[in-house]
Amino acid sequence: MTLLAQIPPLQIPDIAWSAISPELVLFGVGILALLLDTAGPQRLQASFLVFGFAAAGAGYIALSTEQSVLPGLVGLAALGQFALTAIWRDRPRLLSALLAALGFAGAIGVTTWQWGAYSGRLVGADAATFVGTDSLLGGMVAVDGVALFTRVTVCLAGLVTVPLSFAYAEERRIHRGEYYPLLLFAATGMTLLASSADFIMVFIAIEVLSLSLYILAGFAKRDLNSQEAALKYFLLGAFSSALLLYGIALVYGVTGSTNIAEAGRAFSSLDAPQGMAVAAMALLIVGFGFKTAIVPFHMWTPDVYQGAPTPITGFMAAATKAAAFAAFLRVFVGAFAPLQWSWTPVLWVLAALTMLAGAILAVVQNDVKRMLGYSAVAHAGYVLIGFVAVNRAGVSGVLVYLLIYTFMSLGSFGVLALLERRNHKAMAIDDLRGLGRRDPVPAGMLALFLLSLAGIPGTAGFVAKFAVFRAGIEAGHAALVVIAVVSSVIAAFFYIRVIVAMFMEDVPEGVAAEAPLAPSTGMSAGIAFSAAVMVAFGTVLPFLLVDLADQAATFVS
Amino acid sequence: MVALATAVGAVLAQTPVADPAGAAASTGAAEFWVFWILAPLSLAAAVSMVVLRNPVHAALMLVVNFFTIAMFYAVLEAQFLAAVQIIVYAGAIMVLFLFVLMLLGVDRELPTRVAQIRGQQPAALLLGALLFAALAVGVAGPFLGADSACNAPPDAVAAAGADAQPCVGLAAANEEGNVRGVARLLFTDYVWPFEVTSVLLVIAAIGAMVLGRRTERPEDLVDGRGVRKEPLRARAARPTGSTALDREAAE
Amino acid sequence: MDWLDVLIIVAVAVGAFALWLVGTALLIWGERRVVAKMQSRVGPNRLGPAGLMQTLADGAKLFFKEDIAPANADRWVYLAAPMVSAVVALVTFAVIPYGGTFTIGDRQISLQVWDPDVGLLWVLAMGSIGVYGIVLAGWSSGSKYPLLGGVRSSAQMISYELAMGLAVAAVFIYTGSLRASDIVANQAGTLFGPIPAWHVIPMAPAFVLFFISAVAETQRPPFDLPEAEGELVGGFNTEYSGAKFAMIFLAEFMNVITMSAVLVTMFLGGPNGPLFGPDIVRAVLPTIYFVVKVGIFLFVFIWLRATLPRLRYDRLMDLGWKVMLPFALLWVMATGFSVVLRETTERATVIRAAAIGAAVAAVLFFLAPLFSRRASEPGGGGGDGGARPLDDPRPGGEALPERAGDRPSTDRPTEEVGV
Repeated sequence: MTLLAQIPPLQIPDIAWSAISPELVLFGVGILALLLDTAGPQRLQASFLVFGFAAAGAGYIALSTEQSVLPGLVGLAALGQFALTAIWRDRPRLLSALLAALGFAGAIGVTTWQWGAYSGRLVGADAATFVGTDSLLGGMVAVDGVALFTRVTVCLAGLVTVPLSFAYAEERRIHRGEYYPLLLFAATGMTLLASSADFIMVFIAIEVLSLSLYILAGFAKRDLNSQEAALKYFLLGAFSSALLLYGIALVYGVTGSTNIAEAGRAFSSLDAPQGMAVAAMALLIVGFGFKTAIVPFHMWTPDVYQGAPTPITGFMAAATKAAAFAAFLRVFVGAFAPLQWSWTPVLWVLAALTMLAGAILAVVQNDVKRMLGYSAVAHAGYVLIGFVAVNRAGVSGVLVYLLIYTFMSLGSFGVLALLERRNHKAMAIDDLRGLGRRDPVPAGMLALFLLSLAGIPGTAGFVAKFAVFRAGIEAGHAALVVIAVVSSVIAAFFYIRVIVAMFMEDVPEGVAAEAPLAPSTGMSAGIAFSAAVMVAFGTVLPFLLVDLADQAATFVS
Repeated sequence: MVALATAVGAVLAQTPVADPAGAAASTGAAEFWVFWILAPLSLAAAVSMVVLRNPVHAALMLVVNFFTIAMFYAVLEAQFLAAVQIIVYAGAIMVLFLFVLMLLGVDRELPTRVAQIRGQQPAALLLGALLFAALAVGVAGPFLGADSACNAPPDAVAAAGADAQPCVGLAAANEEGNVRGVARLLFTDYVWPFEVTSVLLVIAAIGAMVLGRRTERPEDLVDGRGVRKEPLRARAARPTGSTALDREAAE
Repeated sequence: MDWLDVLIIVAVAVGAFALWLVGTALLIWGERRVVAKMQSRVGPNRLGPAGLMQTLADGAKLFFKEDIAPANADRWVYLAAPMVSAVVALVTFAVIPYGGTFTIGDRQISLQVWDPDVGLLWVLAMGSIGVYGIVLAGWSSGSKYPLLGGVRSSAQMISYELAMGLAVAAVFIYTGSLRASDIVANQAGTLFGPIPAWHVIPMAPAFVLFFISAVAETQRPPFDLPEAEGELVGGFNTEYSGAKFAMIFLAEFMNVITMSAVLVTMFLGGPNGPLFGPDIVRAVLPTIYFVVKVGIFLFVFIWLRATLPRLRYDRLMDLGWKVMLPFALLWVMATGFSVVLRETTERATVIRAAAIGAAVAAVLFFLAPLFSRRASEPGGGGGDGGARPLDDPRPGGEALPERAGDRPSTDRPTEEVGV
């Protein structure tokens, strides 16, 4: 006691709760879903306890700070979960799914609020709110346009994944209580990654999202493909994390800081150890390249995408890419800007390789899921064009592309999940023959998503491609854009091959008449929502989205 | 192991804790010698960990490696890190490794797998050597020569003269003791990463349960609605083609 | 630092070493005598006064025995394992202050070999290394029973290390330091009245946790599953003989002494005690207090062995994971909470808050049955998909002992007497 009294007190840091509120919402809902699922027969009591604690906390905040909005919201959320539990206490998975969907929606809402506060900050009016363009929490969390936009992208992906998963997981008998919490945790990691302003946060966030996805990829334990997917993803992911960490260590060695912005300042005033900085950069490219599936670090992609449960594949392809690209951008534009001479050519070559290899390898695939996996690789290449441009239009293009790709990916994998659910097997292209005759609506949806993936004018995919191509040409990378167009043409071949099989070929002989498709409510809703977004952004609203992304294309400095 | 333990004692005894003022001079020399004794040992352990065929021997080499690394930390006056390195890595993780190795009985020497892709092995060696060389040039290059005078023996520092870079900041960082310094950082500047790490651990625990549980009960799998479905029994491994989904589900 | 300082350091180290080694020899003799008395036998009484030299004779015999190694033993590991055990036990002792601080000339000498900043974390670190001695001894023998003993011991030590670490953490929080000398200093003086400020009083739960874990960590009865002679012949040391066996055997007793010393340091004020008399007595008294306190614990260790039957393995694991770990976690939280309260809040407020807390707890205590009644109805609540009740008796971690085929069927009381 004498000794304790001598210790100087800790400077309790100022926690910017609002800056991390989306993560808190996602993680909190995840834990809540997990808790209610494990509570079993005591579900209602557990829910009541949560309600009690939350209400007490909210009351305390309300009394001590005289705020009313935040405690009110917390209290309302607590009451809401209690009501939901009371209604569906006998259907734990449905409860989990509802909570997860509400969690994603809540995170989107919180991020939108942040966005409002943030644009107010841009105008320079409102300094009282502590959402800023600075990095907060000791320089760990960036609250900037890219972070906010990517958070929304990730949460939208999650919001669509939940209804797509429900019937699918039920049918495959993989509907375990940990499914939705893990989805929420993965999204937590992604939003963390998108908003990390420090290399340490980058690493931890990547681990959070990867660990969740390793588990989700292997969630269908009885399926050897799923096991293979989890194992491959885990081994290669651990390896790439190690390289990333090595790169981070070198950055720290050169600059003496793990903060991205500070490292950037140190790099620009750096005279001696350029070699070490380049080595660090190379290792970081490998690490991020793995997460974003850039050739030649894409080897895991087809196997993992094929083996993982289909809705998870869609989520993984879209949301991981969005989050990893956000961090990739922040690290390279933020920290390595002074070394731009060295990484632009490297990424140029990688982009060209990725687009070509992804498209060409996709052509020879027979399994539709695998084909979409390779096409995801090619799309990472298109995104890289916006990256290589290193200008505001480029960053904006990347954001637009990733948001639109989220819906294309989730939509197409969603339709596949629907078909797999009926056929109880993975879909080869042959299995799709004649689908357009029998089930025109799902086939039409799939065709829409595939056309969008191909980037046919009039679809959202075209808007996305246009955004990155424009940035590439503005930055003087015309050759890269030409390669991209060539790759798009190759890619269009295999997308259209699927459409041809669906609409212009007959059901092969000897195949018994299949049961009619019975889409569940959730699946229909998820696919329809994706399709609606596709059409909306492709025809009516593209400029709204592009404007938003243009506003968002800023970084902390 | 005895030599190692004696060395630990020697190093730690030399680390003056009581007088941070006189620390710089004496640790400089100690650090120099300890480094040159331990670095080869550490490398040798690491290489033998990869090369040895017997998994238990490899695991033991890894333990030795962890130990030397802990001693590096101790010499660098990061005592807390040293202790934690031993407790966590050598004491917990590697014991679990050994535990599993023994339990599964995979402690026999494993046959060498022939590389399946022709030319993979030489290509891997070549590329690995290239990567190593590139990193070595990039990383070690700046520190050869006078710049490396920090923490060299006193005479080397003297020889470097004006170019010498004295170690700065260590005394300030360890001002109230190493443990308190670490704690202060963890709970102020790094409080958010620290908390997020706990998220990571939660996920890891859930993952271990999801993937590790062998039996599945009906209620684990589906959403009830009053009707319980029997879980699908795991079948023996069957060849997989494009059939990613379980056909059994149709039954 | 001149040669005299070096000499003093060496002298202090030699002193610790001597104390520890003599203690080990006496402990082995004492154990045999005490257990014998408790079982109405005589025990060793031929060699030296009261058989005091028996240990020496046994040691001499063991060291001159033929050194046999099994044919399929893993030679180097087989050789190294006993050394690891012994060295670890020795090195741990370095951080224990075994006497007071006194002044000779202008030099202050404190009877502690090494007082690092990380202090008792060193004890935990070395304790975790100590597992290797046993695990490797079991594995390298190339024989079935030693292997089972090794596997058991690694599982047991990992399990109990958690509770032990948390108990230590509670003391750290209470003291505000990890340093052994600080922890001892924190226990100087009195709590109230004549009661000393030893941690055993405010930290009583941590003391209990640490003591139980210490027994498990040293693998003394009733936790001596790794060498359960009824099931595993002799456990991990079955294949050892001669000098190597002597080393394993000694290491066990050395560990007992080290653990007792750690216990005394953390909870019983180490060498603290009333000082009186001339300077020379004041210099020696702390060491005497220390030795006496350690001696008491050594007796308790022996007493346990003579009294308690061995636990069944699954119960051992249940105790570690389901009882001690949660309890230790709770205690660490409670300690942290109380420390913060003490530092930040006035006493009256604390008392008021405690009263409110007690009232809430009482209300909850009466309300809880209203909630839990429905939960306990079998299949109640409209068919919750038959979710598993929380008190499902099926153990989750049963895989390990089953696989190893070493689940004991009965509580077999120890039959061993003497060495």
